[in-house]
Amino acid sequence: MSEKTVNMNVRVAGLDLRNPVMTASGTFGYGEEFSEYVDLTRLGAYITKGLCLHPRTGNPTPRIVETPGGMLNAIGLQNVGIDAFIEKKLPFIRSVDTPCIVNFFGETPEEYAEMAARLDALPEVAALEMNISCPNVRQGGIIFGTDPDCAGSIVKACRAATKKPLFVKLSPNVTDIVAMAKACEDAGADALSLINTLIGMAIDLNKRKPILANVTGGLSGPAVKPVALRMVWLVAKSVKVPVIGIGGIMNATDALEFLLAGASAIQVGTASFINPGAAQKIVEDMEAWMLAQGETDIRNLIGALKV
Amino acid sequence: MEFNSTILSNVEMSPNYWRIRLTAPAAFAAATPGQFVMVRVGGSIDPLLRRPFAVYDVGSTTKADGTTTVHFEMLYKVVGKGTTLLSRLHGGDSVDILGPLGQGFVFGDDDEEKLLVGGGIGLAPLYLLARELVKRNSPVRLFAGGRSRNDLLCLDEFERLGVDCHTATEDGSHGATGFVTVALNQHLDALAGKKATLYACGPDPMLRAVAKIAADRALPCQVSLEAAMACGVGACLGCVTPGKNHSAHTPDYRCVCAEGPVFESSELKWGASA
Ligand SMILES: Cc1cc2nc3c(=O)[nH]c(=O)nc-3n(C[C@H](O)[C@H](O)[C@H](O)COP(=O)(O)OP(=O)(O)OC[C@H]3O[C@@H](n4cnc5c(N)ncnc54)[C@H](O)[C@@H]3O)c2cc1C
Ligand SMILES: Cc1cc2nc3c(=O)[nH]c(=O)nc-3n(C[C@H](O)[C@H](O)[C@H](O)COP(=O)(O)O)c2cc1C
Ligand code: FES
Repeated sequence: MSEKTVNMNVRVAGLDLRNPVMTASGTFGYGEEFSEYVDLTRLGAYITKGLCLHPRTGNPTPRIVETPGGMLNAIGLQNVGIDAFIEKKLPFIRSVDTPCIVNFFGETPEEYAEMAARLDALPEVAALEMNISCPNVRQGGIIFGTDPDCAGSIVKACRAATKKPLFVKLSPNVTDIVAMAKACEDAGADALSLINTLIGMAIDLNKRKPILANVTGGLSGPAVKPVALRMVWLVAKSVKVPVIGIGGIMNATDALEFLLAGASAIQVGTASFINPGAAQKIVEDMEAWMLAQGETDIRNLIGALKV
Repeated sequence: MEFNSTILSNVEMSPNYWRIRLTAPAAFAAATPGQFVMVRVGGSIDPLLRRPFAVYDVGSTTKADGTTTVHFEMLYKVVGKGTTLLSRLHGGDSVDILGPLGQGFVFGDDDEEKLLVGGGIGLAPLYLLARELVKRNSPVRLFAGGRSRNDLLCLDEFERLGVDCHTATEDGSHGATGFVTVALNQHLDALAGKKATLYACGPDPMLRAVAKIAADRALPCQVSLEAAMACGVGACLGCVTPGKNHSAHTPDYRCVCAEGPVFESSELKWGASA
């Protein structure tokens, strides 16, 4: 073992994280599903499946389809609802010594604010991540996530309802991501997570039908990485709050590129489906890269892109 | 568990149907009939997702020096990108495996007849089941169906277990002409109300037909389902299937990878067409 150590700690929106690697909402269940494959205490934080007030059915099937270098999903935000979350999922979360960030959404501004207030009351929840960007549900996120005024007003409502760090997760399906980012920052967001999935579709030629029952779905995986990198880079230089980079991160190289582009932390999504231990492996390989480069502090990389 | 596995053999046993034997860690010997694995084919991002396959058989070999190694087998049909790539791999190549996963078959009362119904590649999870049931001294029968004789896989191996095999093919090239459910119904008539449990795996129309037969005759029936999967561990909710109480107002989705792939047919909603 080398004597040398590197600092991997980062501070994001008031949270001290042992490293900048988190798992992305909807790709890591409630943490427990992966506990056999990942030492959760090696991660910076983990983010749970999008949660709302009442249990939610989600979309009909098929809900997923693979595409070159990626996948489309139209899960439709199926989740157990906050009561079942508190009863069934919190005990496990309480037992893990790693910050748990709860991703949530609502169908109305009031529901968003009520969710923020209810999550604020749970000591096990380290921070909140607002999903204003789910592309799958017609009445859901998309309305809020594509209009800066709309997004600003729900962020403001949630801000008033919680003292915990409030992350806002942005949709890439907009013409001006920087305007969205600024609106959310102005409304009181402590950090911005981006990107959520890109809307797409897949067709079965022989059946002459869309493959997904929902017709369209959200694209994730390596295919979206270049789009995500650009958006993270644009947003990071336009706002003061930290940016959390998401989109097609499969390995430590991808993760480090996002830090260079300006992300203070990153989230691993689809990669966990292919390799359930991906997030932990990324932490280990980032450390190894730092050592090999003679780099002592991960924070030196954040925004260090030479343009 | 997740492990890197070495291919011991990979052969085409019937046109488009392959049989692959792979090394596994000792703990894999605990795999139960009906469980499956997620296979990462190729190390690149295309294909991106793992592919699910049933465990056909599990075994171990003890070498002269006393060490024991575990291996397992899968049967697969070449249908697309992933299975084509898999068929191009040779002994000595390696693949990454996640599993065994999911909830397998429940054995039930050992004295009653066990009627296994398999269509085409759906025979894959039934062999390990047949082996276990035979070990428990249950009377076991197999009803195997396919489009032609080429779709009837490994019948000799079922026969070697002492399983009575009834076959049906749509083109009449093996056994009765038509669907295997005809022979199943005839046998159930002959049983004249004696207790029996049905186990089925195969194409959706066959599963529906078997589930209906079971419901009409009030017989317990377990079916093994297929669904598009991403994670295989209950995290993505991509693989769900409607449960018996499902409606727009009373959501009742079951997760095929974690709660299944084997379900009591009476627990599922068969109304909605596939
Ligand atoms: C629990 C379970 C057990 C299975 N056991 C076997 C088995 O023992 N032998 C066997 O030959 N096949 C089995 N299948 C089906 C097998 O997973 C698919 O045939 C395979 O994934 C096709 O991959 P491909 O890349 O060749 O096809 P492509 O059509 O190129 O695949 C594209 C995508 O669709 C998915 N997909 C395609 N067909 C199916 C299918 N029928 N079910 C689920 N996903 C599908 C693939 O996984 C992939 O993500 C099983 C499926 C499940 C869910
Ligand atoms: C199956 C699936 C479910 C998802 N569910 C959610 C969700 O509930 N809430 C959310 O904010 N994002 C959700 N996402 C988006 C991811 O968190 C992430 O932003 C996106 O997948 C891009 O990252 P990736 O390419 O690393 O997967 C989901 C993604 C996938 C693939
Ligand atoms: S495949 Fe992900 S939940 Fe079943």
